[in-house]
Formats: sequence, structure tokens, C-alpha cells
Amino acid sequence: MDAIILQILNGLDKGGAYALIALGLTLIFGTLGVVNFAHGALFMLGAFCAVTFAKLLTISERVRDESVTFFEAYKEVPYLEIWYGDTGRAIVEWAVPLSIIMAIPVMLLIGFAMERGLIRFFYKRSHAEQILVTFGLAIVLQEIVKHFFGANPIPLTAPSALAGSADIGQWFGMTNISYPMWRIIYFLFSLLVIAAVFAFLQLTTFGMVVRAGMADRETVGLLGINIGRKFTIVFGIAAVVAGLAGVMYTPILAPNYHLGMDFLVLSFVVVVVGGMGSLGGAVVAGFLLGILQSFASMTEVKAIVPGIDQIIIYLVAVVVLLVRPRGLMGRKGVMEA
Amino acid sequence: MTSHILAINGVSKRFGGLRALDDVNLNVKQGSVHAIIGPNGAGKSTLLNCLVGRIIPDEGSVDFDGSTLLGHKPHQINQAGIARVFQTPETFGELTVLENVMIPAFARKDGAFRINAWGRARERKVVREEAEHILDDLNLWDQRSQLVNSMSRGDKRRLELAMCLVQHPKLLLLDEPTAGMSRADTNNTVDLLKKISERGITKVIIEHDMHVVFSLAETVSVMAQGTVIAEGTPEEIKSSPKVQEAYLGGAHL
Amino acid sequence: MSETVLTSDKAMGKSPAEKDRKNAGMAGFLSSSNSDYLMAALFALAIFTMPLWLAPIGAGYPDILQKFAIFGIFALGFNILFGFSGYLSFGHAAFLGAGSYAAVWMFKLLSMNAVLAVAFSIVIAGIFALAIGFVSLRRSGIYFSILTLAFAQMSYNLAYSVLTPITNGETGLQISRTDPRVLDNMFREPGAALPVPDFFGIELQGWPGFYFCATLLVLAFFLTMRIKNSTFGMMLFAIKSNQNRMAYTGFSTRPYLLAAFVISGMYAGLAGGLLAVTDPLAGADRMQWTASGEVVLMTILGGVGTLLGPVIGAAVMKYLEQIFSSFNEGVLHRAFDFLTPELQDLMVGITSPFVGEGWHLTLGLMFMIVVIFLPGGIMEGLRRIASATRGRRAGSGDAN
Repeated sequence: MDAIILQILNGLDKGGAYALIALGLTLIFGTLGVVNFAHGALFMLGAFCAVTFAKLLTISERVRDESVTFFEAYKEVPYLEIWYGDTGRAIVEWAVPLSIIMAIPVMLLIGFAMERGLIRFFYKRSHAEQILVTFGLAIVLQEIVKHFFGANPIPLTAPSALAGSADIGQWFGMTNISYPMWRIIYFLFSLLVIAAVFAFLQLTTFGMVVRAGMADRETVGLLGINIGRKFTIVFGIAAVVAGLAGVMYTPILAPNYHLGMDFLVLSFVVVVVGGMGSLGGAVVAGFLLGILQSFASMTEVKAIVPGIDQIIIYLVAVVVLLVRPRGLMGRKGVMEA
Repeated sequence: MTSHILAINGVSKRFGGLRALDDVNLNVKQGSVHAIIGPNGAGKSTLLNCLVGRIIPDEGSVDFDGSTLLGHKPHQINQAGIARVFQTPETFGELTVLENVMIPAFARKDGAFRINAWGRARERKVVREEAEHILDDLNLWDQRSQLVNSMSRGDKRRLELAMCLVQHPKLLLLDEPTAGMSRADTNNTVDLLKKISERGITKVIIEHDMHVVFSLAETVSVMAQGTVIAEGTPEEIKSSPKVQEAYLGGAHL
Repeated sequence: MSETVLTSDKAMGKSPAEKDRKNAGMAGFLSSSNSDYLMAALFALAIFTMPLWLAPIGAGYPDILQKFAIFGIFALGFNILFGFSGYLSFGHAAFLGAGSYAAVWMFKLLSMNAVLAVAFSIVIAGIFALAIGFVSLRRSGIYFSILTLAFAQMSYNLAYSVLTPITNGETGLQISRTDPRVLDNMFREPGAALPVPDFFGIELQGWPGFYFCATLLVLAFFLTMRIKNSTFGMMLFAIKSNQNRMAYTGFSTRPYLLAAFVISGMYAGLAGGLLAVTDPLAGADRMQWTASGEVVLMTILGGVGTLLGPVIGAAVMKYLEQIFSSFNEGVLHRAFDFLTPELQDLMVGITSPFVGEGWHLTLGLMFMIVVIFLPGGIMEGLRRIASATRGRRAGSGDAN
């Protein structure tokens, strides 16, 4: 029982990341009709927003290290700490969650720029061409990041208050199940973002237009003037969602430049399993596949089916595509070919 | 019954709560021109899709030339001798007119699947000559090297007809062959269809234009709300009060 | 529609065949099978003399020319699927990798003879493609792309993990002196040095290696040309154009597609086998999906659906890769040494991110530029230039 709960927990944070990326992908596909292979790159850019923000906060001055008395030693002390003392130190420590403040506008701008500068010219072109051009863009983006940040992963840490393990078992009155705090935070965070996106789509007029567009792509053009601007905003939102997923993932997995490509393929699989253009499907499939993957990596399971952890997600995708091509929650008739 | 090339018995099809077809019975005589008319949503296109294997009916039977069509895929039904002209012309836009006609000729000669990855397609004499004759008959000869994408809609329709005729089908299904055409083009199409009637191909035509129907068809079936409400010669249909009420809204023809 | 819809020319005593003969002339000669042989001969001439005419641009050495030939084959095969039938596979690298593994196993178990190895590569890749294609072709469009991608990723992941006994995991599969090599050892004692792949006694290194690959490229090209002009090729183009129509025209499209998929996979297997011939080593990274993306780019860069395009695309890409990745700041400084030192530094600063380690940046940009501005690739560009100059010449003729 404990083992099962632990595996489910293990799957939740990864599932959260899948769900967030897939949510944006499916939103873009559903409204704009574009297959965006650069969406993984947006996740990666989000992660590097956190890296940049942490770097900015820790711009330091070299000062004499007073604690070392027998020779002249120096250490780097962030200006923030020098100027604001403990408050500054706390800000530096909370760099990852705080970088959300920076990531939202930055990712929004990146999303706008991508849509205006490239994607909008591909609305009328074939899916194959969309895949190819965004694939090219993804390579360009990751190479730019590599140029500035190098090829090695850059570890970031969670604030120490959230870095330890939580004894989850106790919360539910069970035996010891201790679990890294930050992963729970990530799961809750992803739920929050998902809820925010759904609330936005359900409660605003803008969201209503988007949902109508997803329900019937043919009528999107009839839903009022300036559909172009609505598309831009949708793309921006999707970029922010992917970016936030990336920001918060940094303490779990040190980001490197090809992080995006690693997550892209899996997220696409998630979208397909959930059903192209189905928001709920993307979320459900994201968590489902995350959990499945963590179960498959249990040693007991691997002993029965060797290598299953490596292929489980793809296997599920193949089966779903063959048996139910519209995905778990896709609507009948949408992309069923 | 033997003179009926197509026999549709008790065919029903439901889409969710909607009864698209409700116990349709329809027989088409060998060598005849049979028109199906009816208001929008009467189920004409659904019935046609049942004939070509795109939709599988829930109940009933569809027999063609003595054997059933149900459970067969579109390409098998075509191989059995049914060719179809679509409402919007379905052609191979990136290929030339000649190739467009050669391809169905290959289907007749080589069957549904045969790999010949070595011999040059354009040099298959039998196929090519047959295609060229049809192009000549339908006055498409001068356009034979043109890409279909650059043709007018009317020419594409004529080409699609050529693509069907080159197969020498036993039954030709025409889905609104004059939809969206000018009066002059419509008249030309009617002439063309009359001309090919001489080939003795059985035809089923779905049509809105009464002028076309009454100048071509020997038998007319009227569909409304998913079922056949009347059948007879054009004269009988014209004078049937039942038809006028259901379909023509009481107006006189 | 014209008024004279049915006034047939036959009425005037002309059969279409007669008219055809009248119009034959030059076109008739070019459309005969002779032109196939002519074109293949020209292609062979161009390929075999590459060492001469590519020397001035610094590509006149066997290593790179071999790469041109091998990736040319890979792209030719990919084009049979994507270019002819329109099905975009994002998992073709799996067949390349399978071909490499198959060849190295042949080297290890039976013989260093490259013919056996290459034949085995083609067979293995073909079987592999048959299995993957059979499943993937149940869907079309983007779903097909994702299915092939999923299969390739599974192969890649498995090659790294469970299949280590076959693939030797991260180290990659290599030949060693102690391999059984049953056939070879029957006839001669194993030497002290690591053996080299050979073609009935000719060691395939350096120039012989290139000519071996080049010969296979010419054969592959000729076969592709026959396929393109064949009935089978016409059916593939028709499927690409309108698959729906094909079904209502009496064709079962799936077997045609599966045949194209398998043929295309076999080309990839051949290319993978040749990679192992030039360097008897096979690693799982050849199967990664970015490697699949590379062959897509080659094909697009050259010209999708054209005959020559993929070969040109592969060569251009491998050439640029070689050039760009070998550049460093020193080379750049020398390249810009005609400028003032300040300008020199500026130019080097601007260009250095695109070369050396940054070659992939150039690659990605190239990819985007081609897809955005020249979807028909280099062949389309050449056509445009040709028609522009012809137009100008015709224009000046009018003026006279």
C-alpha cells in the first residue's frame, strides 16, 4: 500500500509538468490549428528564466571573508545581501518561486513574438510544414540558450524551507511515507495553473470565444473581428503555462539546453492520448501517464517486463492511437483520420 | 428481380437520435437512369454513402448485381463495378489530366493492389490508349498535359466523369452533377449525360434541378425524412399530389 | 464548358494515338526508357567524378564524399515515402540504426565482407519497417508522424537499456579481434590487427570505401527513378494528391503505402549498413529522433518529391556541417583579415555563434528559412532561376 502511494506521488510532479505542457499544446492546436514542435522549447525557456533570475539576484561583490583569519580569503556576497541583510538573503534563497514574477511577462512576450513573427504565417499551411518550421525554431532556441548558458545542466535549489522531505503518511494517519516537499509543491502548483487556465476559459468572454473556436474551428473566423489578436493572446497564454511549468521544475531537474526536446516528444504523446484539442484530456492524460511511468519504473514491475519503464508511455500512445484515435477525451470526428 | 442491378431493401441508419434513413426500399433497373430527388436532409447523400461503403447501415440489405455490398470497403465496391462522381469534384490536383484518367484505368486493369515498380506507367499501352480515347470523347484531349489544379470547376467535373467512365462501370452514381453550374453549363452536362447513356451504363443521379431530372431520368424516387415516399416515371411524379405536398410545397411544376 | 462537348475528333478521322504520334517529337524521345539510362549515366558520371569537381571547395577527400553518398541514399529512400506518398515519418532514424547494428553483427559473426553486411542491413531494416509500418499506417497525417516517432523513441530507449546484449548500450557495438567471424576464419587465420571491412579482398577504406558507397548510391538513384516513373510511383503520387479518391477509384491504398514504407526503410537500412562499413561501430544515438529530423531536413532542403533534390540536400547539409563545425575563431579571423582590426573583431563576434559548436544554430535557421521561403527546396530555387533567365531571354527576343 505504501509503495503504491509512493509511486502515485512520484508520478504526480512529472505528470504535472506533462499536463502543463500538453495543455498549452492542445490549446494551440485546438484554436489555432497549429502543431507546435517548439512547445518543449518554451518549457526550457521558462526553466532558463529561473536560471537568469537567480543569476541576476546573486550578482555579487567580492568581499573579505572575515571568518577565515589566518590568511586573506575572499568570498562572493550578493549585493542584495549587502544592501538588505537578511531580507536580501531570503530573496536570494527564494529565487526560484520569485522568478515567476519575471517569467510571466517574459514568456508572454516570447509567445507574442513567436506567434506574430512566425506561427501566424503557417495557419493555412499543412501540418507537416508546421511541424518542420517549429522543429527548426526549437533547434534555434535551444542553440541560443546553449550559446549563453553552456551545455552543462545548471542546478538550482528550492528554498530551504521547502527543500526537505515531508512526512505525508502522517497527514493521512498512515505509516511513514516521506516525500520531497518541493515535488508536492510542484504538483499543487500545476493544479493551480491548470485551475487558472480553466477558470479563464470558463469565466471570461475571451475564454468563451476560445472554447467556441475549439468546438468548431470553421466558425472561429465568424466570432468577431480581430481574431488575429485573440490567436496571439492564446499563444501567449500557452507560452506562459509552459514557461511556468519550466520555472518550477528547475529544483527537480537541473535544466540544460535540450530539456525542451526531451519533454516535447512525451508531451505530444500526452496530447494524443488525451485527444487532440481536448483540454481536459491533456490534463488527465498528463497525470495518468506520469503515474504510469512511475509504476513502470518499480523494480518489481521491471523484473516482470524488462525495459517497460523506457517505453511505457510510447506503448500507451500506440495502443490509444490504434484503438481510439480520437484519444481518451477527444470529441468524435475531430482529427480522427 | 433479376433485371434489378441494384436492390436496396429496408435500409435504416441512425446518427445518435437522428433517423437519417428509415426503412428505405429502392430498386434500380439494369440499364436505366434513376433519379433520387428530395429536399435537403432527406437522406439522399446518406443513402449514396451506404452504396459506396462510406457508411454502414444499421439494418437492411444492399444487393448489387446479385451479391451484397454491405461489409465491403469502398475500393472493393468500386472493383465490383460502381463508380462515383462527387458533389465537389474529387480529382488528383497535382497530376496531369491524362494521369488522372490513367489511374482509374489501372484500377480496372491491375485490381486493387499490384506493385509494378519497374515498368513505366505512361508506357502501359492498353491503359494509356483507353485513357486517351475517353479524353477525346469528353473533349479533354487538348488539356491532357495540364495539371488538374489549374482547371475550371466545370472541366474538373467533366474530368471526374471521364475518370469514372474509363472504368466501364456497371453502375454510375452521380451526386448533384450540376450543382452550382450556370444554365448553359447545366445544359451541356445534360447533353453529355444523355450521350453517355448510349453506353448502356446504369445511372443513379441525385439532383436538385428538376429540369435535369425530368430530362434525363426514366424513373424517379422521391425521398423525404429518410424514406422513399414516391416512385414512378417523371410524369407520374410531376402529377403526384403527395410529392407536391411533401417536397414541392404545393407549387406546380 | 464549351459548346462542342461531344464533337469528337474521331468524327474528323483522327484517333488520339495518331495525334499523339504527331506531337511526339523530342518529348517522345525523352519519355522513353532510354532517357532513364541516360540520366542514370549522367548521375553516375557526376558522382564518380566528385573527387575532382568538389576538390576546389575543399570536399575532395573520401571521408566527406562517403558521407554525401550514404546520406544521399538515406534521403533518397526517405523521399520515396515522404516525397512520393506524402506520409511524414519522424522515425526513420530507427531503420538507419537497425541497419548499422545488423552490419556490425555480420562483421562480428560471419565475415568482414561488406556485401554480406549491407545485404543483412537491408533485410533487417526491411523486416523492422514492415512491422512498424504495418501498425503506423493504420493512421495518417500527424498521427502517423507521432506513431513513427513513438516507435523510434521506443527503439532508441530499448537499445540503451534492455537490448544491451545486442546493442552494447552506451558504448556502442564494436568489432573486436576475438569475434568468431566464421566465414573469414575458415579461409585464413585471424590477423593480429583489427580487421577492416572489405569488398572481396579490397579493403574499403579511403577511396575504395567512397567508390563502394558511390556505386550503391548510383544504383539506389536508378531504382528510385524507376519507381518514380512506374505505375507504383504514379499510385503513390495519386495517394499524396487525394487518398479519398483513390479508395473510390478501386485501390486499396494501405498496401501501396506499406510497400513504400518498407522500401524506404530498406534504403535507410542500406545507409546504416554503409555507415558501419566506413566505420565498424554502431551506437543508439543514430536512432534518436533528432537524427530522423535531420533526414527530413535534407529532403526538404533539396526538394521534396524530386528525384535529385534529396541527394543534393544531403550533400549540401553534410558539407555545411563539415565546414561550419570545423570553423573556429582563428579561421574566422583569417577569413576577415581584409578588414580593419576593429571591423574584424566585430565580424568575428557576429559570426562565431554560428560556427563550430554553434553549427546547429545555423542548421535550425537554415531549416526555418527553407520551410518558410522555399518549401520546394534547392530544386525549386533552381527552377525559379532557370525560368527567370528563360523569361528574360524570351523577353529580349520579343524586343527584337
